[in-house]
Amino acid sequence: MSTLATRAKTFKPPARIGKVRTSTVVTALVIAFAVVLPFFYDSGSDFMNDATVALVYVVMALGLNIVVGFAGLLDLGYVAFFAIGAYTMGWFGSSFFSSRDIHIGVAEQLQSQPGIHVNWLIIVVLAAVFSAVMGAVLGFPTLRLRGDYIAIVTLAFGEIIGRIAVNSDEGIFGIGDFNLTNGRSGITPVDKIDIPLVDRFTTLNLRPWYWTALALALVVLFINFRLRDSRLGRAWVAVREDEVAAISMGIPTVRVKLLAYAIGAAMGGMAGTFLGSFYNTVNADQFEFSFSIFVLAMLILGGLGSIWGVVVGAIALSFINTRLIPDVLNEVPSKIGLDFDLTQLGFGIFGFLLVIMMVLRPQGLIPERRHQAELAEGIGGDETIAETRA
Amino acid sequence: MESASIPARPPRARADVVREFISRFGLIAILLILPVAYGIQDLQDEGDLSRLATNVKDGLSNGAIWALIAVGYTLVYGIIELINFAHGDLFMLGSFVSFSLIGTIGLTVNTAFVPLVFGLLLILVIAMVACGVLNTMIERVGYRPLRSAPKLAPLITAVGFSFILQNVGLLWLGGGHRGVPDLIESQEHLFTILGVPITHGDILALVVTVPLFFFMINFINLSRIGRAMRATAQDPQAARLMGINVDTTISFTFLLGGLMAGAAGLIYALYQTDVWFFAGFTAGLIAFTSAVMGGIGNLKGAILGGLIIGIVQQISDNRIGTEWTPAIVFGYLVLILVFRPQGLIGEQTREAG
Repeated sequence: MSTLATRAKTFKPPARIGKVRTSTVVTALVIAFAVVLPFFYDSGSDFMNDATVALVYVVMALGLNIVVGFAGLLDLGYVAFFAIGAYTMGWFGSSFFSSRDIHIGVAEQLQSQPGIHVNWLIIVVLAAVFSAVMGAVLGFPTLRLRGDYIAIVTLAFGEIIGRIAVNSDEGIFGIGDFNLTNGRSGITPVDKIDIPLVDRFTTLNLRPWYWTALALALVVLFINFRLRDSRLGRAWVAVREDEVAAISMGIPTVRVKLLAYAIGAAMGGMAGTFLGSFYNTVNADQFEFSFSIFVLAMLILGGLGSIWGVVVGAIALSFINTRLIPDVLNEVPSKIGLDFDLTQLGFGIFGFLLVIMMVLRPQGLIPERRHQAELAEGIGGDETIAETRA
Repeated sequence: MESASIPARPPRARADVVREFISRFGLIAILLILPVAYGIQDLQDEGDLSRLATNVKDGLSNGAIWALIAVGYTLVYGIIELINFAHGDLFMLGSFVSFSLIGTIGLTVNTAFVPLVFGLLLILVIAMVACGVLNTMIERVGYRPLRSAPKLAPLITAVGFSFILQNVGLLWLGGGHRGVPDLIESQEHLFTILGVPITHGDILALVVTVPLFFFMINFINLSRIGRAMRATAQDPQAARLMGINVDTTISFTFLLGGLMAGAAGLIYALYQTDVWFFAGFTAGLIAFTSAVMGGIGNLKGAILGGLIIGIVQQISDNRIGTEWTPAIVFGYLVLILVFRPQGLIGEQTREAG
């Protein structure tokens, strides 16, 4: 009762400029800035490369945010869906299966090449569907479990998928001799993204790549917002906050959780197809546990469940990884007389970040309101271990 | 919290019986698949079981190492219900400490028996203390401030510490595998029982782990602080009301877990004659699987689970291929968590429902 009253008292109408909400104006400005950004940089520059990768990480982080941030299912095997998406790209967009000869909607140059070549737009949809199905399948065994057991099962699945990627150059589990993944050598070259009515993408001009990634990120961002405010989004939050209460309110937790896994996985898969094509290779070394933690660190930095926070976290960590550590900070150790390569330490730094954020500011840089309340209650209150454990 | 799966309608009797049967014996049946299948194959091909028996023996020695690490997982989980992700990497640092000390003390393959034993004992003590103290410090910095935070928070710091420790290892000895001098000639045959050769490494594993296990079990069951640990695990608040210092008890639990990880580090370095900064990640997952298999929170269960996983791993290494072993062990982990989350001899936990 009292919370309702205080909420009514503290409720402020959203700030407005004229007749438009301030937040809408800010969003429009940010998007406009992102669209025109490439014109300020050389089309083949390192910055464009890093910015493109950062946008793809935004897509991944938003996908993981649905699973971890909204639904509260700590998924430590997210790399599996990156792998599934990337391999979908590799299988359907390269000359890897050279005995097949299938071409669907690709440019003339590719028509003469052996292998399966399908237009990227089709592969994205395919990868999204495939990843979503795998997400639901891998999520299914975790439905009865909670909390850290989910983390372990998803982690184990991520590792199993990684193992299959590394070892399936000669049969799966040593059965047969079919080369599914080409192991650590990887599938390369991978077809460039090919969009109808647009010039062919090249490695020299990164602007089209950037805009494609931006479009993907915006679509996913839009989906995230709509989902958060939907019936399903509220069901996710309810399951996260109190599963028993959610069940008694009639929320079909099985369906709701599986949808979270599936939708999150679909976004990871879509990002995977892009990265497969952008890096021009799909090899097993890309799919390691540390990648899952890298994406998780983006969520923690930005604020679990907070969409804008996650976007900021993803961009920040991506640039820390691709620019700050190798270019700016790498000189520091040698200057102060220490002898090591800072790029080696990348994941130690992310680990450190996880610890620091969790201890000092668990709600993230841009916290989600509801999450913040929950965390403040947990830490500031005089609860004992017994109560939080129960 | 109550179990999540509230039955929608009264369950039918026969389905219940089947389910109970699967839940009681399913895990044991799954565990027996590999040894039985390969046992039959051996009998057909070679006429005796000595190859399988050798696998099992190697598995038990290996499993002793996993069991030592698993004890750390199970103790910590038992008392604060946290999966201490950094524990595997702590074990890795234990093996690094041992590797470095072997060089510092100057033990070589030519060292005589008595100095070798004393040197190794010294290294064992230092490695154990180092890991124990480190584990206690991690608890103090990373987990204690989050004692009353949502459960995911300490788990995430644990993952963070795991990466930090891995990077410490990377900086310390570099990214490659480092060979440890084969001080005990671990693969040297000592004698043969029923066609199974017993090596020096097996004896080492036996000599170090069995006393430690006895010490641990008795310590937890009989000592004053062991009783405090069990009380805290049961109900921290009630324990506090009974005058137990809960924070100290939890710190002590981490210390014990760290001690075991340090001991495992030395045995691993001597037995495998190879240390690597990334070994802790896989070892941690395997040991966690062991702890869950035995029933997490249960000390004897962790030891049993470690030995079983050691055998599974050895059979898979020897028959299917080393590269698939992690996938098979993780497959077991998923199967256990899904079908029998309480493990072989554990009780139902809140987490597993």
